[in-house]
Amino acid sequence: MSDIDDPLHAVAGTGTPPIIAPGHTFGSVTDKISAIVLARRTPLGWYAGFGVAFLFTLLLFVSLSYLVMKGIGIWGNNIPVGWAFDITNFVWWIGIGHAGTLISAILLLLKQTWRTSINRFAEAMTLFAVACAGIFPLFHTGRPWLAYWLLPYPNTMSVWPQFRSPLIWDVFAVSTYATVSLLFWFVGLIPDLATLRDRSQSRVGRVIYGMLAMGWRGSAHHWHRYETAYLLLAGLATPLVVSVHTVVSLDFAVSILPGWHTTIFPPYFVAGAIYSGFAMVLTLAIPIRAVYKLEDFITMRHLENMAKVMLVTGLIVAYGYMTEAFIAWYSADKYEGFVPLNRLTGPYAYAYWLLIFCNVAAPQALWLKSVRTNVPLLFIISLVVNVGMWLERFVIIVTSLHRDFLPSSWGMYQPTFWDWSTFLGTIGLFLSMLFLFLRFLPMISIFEMRTILPEAKVNE
Amino acid sequence: MKSGVIHGLLAEFDDPTSLVAATERAHREGYRSMDAYSPFPIEELHEALGARHSRLPLIVLIGGLCGCIGGYGLQYWSSVMAYPLNIGGKPLHSWPAFIPVTFECTILVAALSAVLGMLALNGLPQPYHPVFNVPRFALASRNRFFLCIESVDPKFELEQTREFLMTLGPREVSTVAD
Repeated sequence: MSDIDDPLHAVAGTGTPPIIAPGHTFGSVTDKISAIVLARRTPLGWYAGFGVAFLFTLLLFVSLSYLVMKGIGIWGNNIPVGWAFDITNFVWWIGIGHAGTLISAILLLLKQTWRTSINRFAEAMTLFAVACAGIFPLFHTGRPWLAYWLLPYPNTMSVWPQFRSPLIWDVFAVSTYATVSLLFWFVGLIPDLATLRDRSQSRVGRVIYGMLAMGWRGSAHHWHRYETAYLLLAGLATPLVVSVHTVVSLDFAVSILPGWHTTIFPPYFVAGAIYSGFAMVLTLAIPIRAVYKLEDFITMRHLENMAKVMLVTGLIVAYGYMTEAFIAWYSADKYEGFVPLNRLTGPYAYAYWLLIFCNVAAPQALWLKSVRTNVPLLFIISLVVNVGMWLERFVIIVTSLHRDFLPSSWGMYQPTFWDWSTFLGTIGLFLSMLFLFLRFLPMISIFEMRTILPEAKVNE
Repeated sequence: MKSGVIHGLLAEFDDPTSLVAATERAHREGYRSMDAYSPFPIEELHEALGARHSRLPLIVLIGGLCGCIGGYGLQYWSSVMAYPLNIGGKPLHSWPAFIPVTFECTILVAALSAVLGMLALNGLPQPYHPVFNVPRFALASRNRFFLCIESVDPKFELEQTREFLMTLGPREVSTVAD
């Protein structure tokens, strides 16, 4: 694996670009990344971007306030479609989060050094996506101020959660995932916070970064335990990330509803999560590297690798669609058999065909190297996949619910204004948090970038 | 006067190789109370200091086991003893359904013990440490490498130790006020 030993140079003969542009030193890497955070002047473009994102965050606040006042009847959900945009958005956001953990934990264990320049903001993306995801089930309870009833705690009513329900598994899985992702991200930040503390010109910066760095001084004893802890966290996060989307898929698969009651769901949901997560990392990384001029650190090699991961997971997802349809036919169950027919030709057929275009057809372009190395085209494909993965959850949830066993209980679902405003609002919240992160914390792990420089090697 | 007023002597190096070589020399010379500081983890450095293995993995294992037993115990106790409910005719002790929560609790407690254990063993948060009294130490988080021989070391003699450090080819040797 010559590309791992020598990150600075292109892999000979293969035309693979390096993972960090040549000519960088410990000092230049540190200065370049920390300068984005420590710059006194905030770029005007940042204000513009944050302003727009924050307007949508305000829309979210308005939507949620109105929801608390009126109840969830303001959404289009109704029997038989009791889950609609809320759970679609929940699964979409939580899936996006998965790429962050995959990049930071699994690629670390596999010693893929190219992860170094994208793991920090992918992890941040995970946290913000999980925060957005959490909003939906929380408000879908209808009385979010009683959401703590989901937790096991001794109470005067002497009732306990029903641990045989996948919905309770979900509470544990998602809250554990949020906590572990936060720990992983924060532990990774500690040495960089110390760098910011030491380099900040302002007193406020020194005090705040100083408190967050907790007195980190780069002692060899500390580094040793730090690396042990980081590796153990990666080892723990790896099965965790697989379990989270598995549990999410069990919310569906454990029920008896045609179209949900299927064993392909866990692997197919996990692959879909990674697929959409990498699409989102690309959607964010492409503009960020252009605006902040980080092409030295986020090179074509990174974009191409992510495109390859998207291609592979996209194929697994396509296999999932085929298995779903095959098993529906093979089961010889007329209710199961009706589901794919209804998806292909029923009232929501437009969503299904669009989903097949976005998730199965469009990403096939990634087989071509000329597409994988074409940045604007890659950006467009990543957006298409984001849309496709959202449609996938919409199709799974709405088409399965709207026509179940009894034709007398069939119905239709139409999103209302508030469905859309809550969804767009969470995108605003996600982007607002991302803008704040880019301004106040180093978006690339500085200390890990130092380790991939050739001068970091000890020659004995 | 061996300690009290000064914390030790701090030698500054340009690259990881010289720091590791210097640390090995100092260890061979018999110095034990010392620490090396670098802007990124250097595997060889920990060995050069003659340090022992960390107890952290054991802490994480114990944490994980506590989470596992605690998570399962909570479900068993609440579903079988405290609040027995017949759910779809399933047995009260329906263990397969308890696995996901048990797993999540294992990971949660193990991860918390990894982070809190690492911070506790490292003595962090630590608001004050004498090495920060040396202004150039700010570069330890950028591109410089430091070796500090502490005055509590029995072999520490201000002049002799300074002379020894000078032989290691540092950029600079500074006295660290306590």
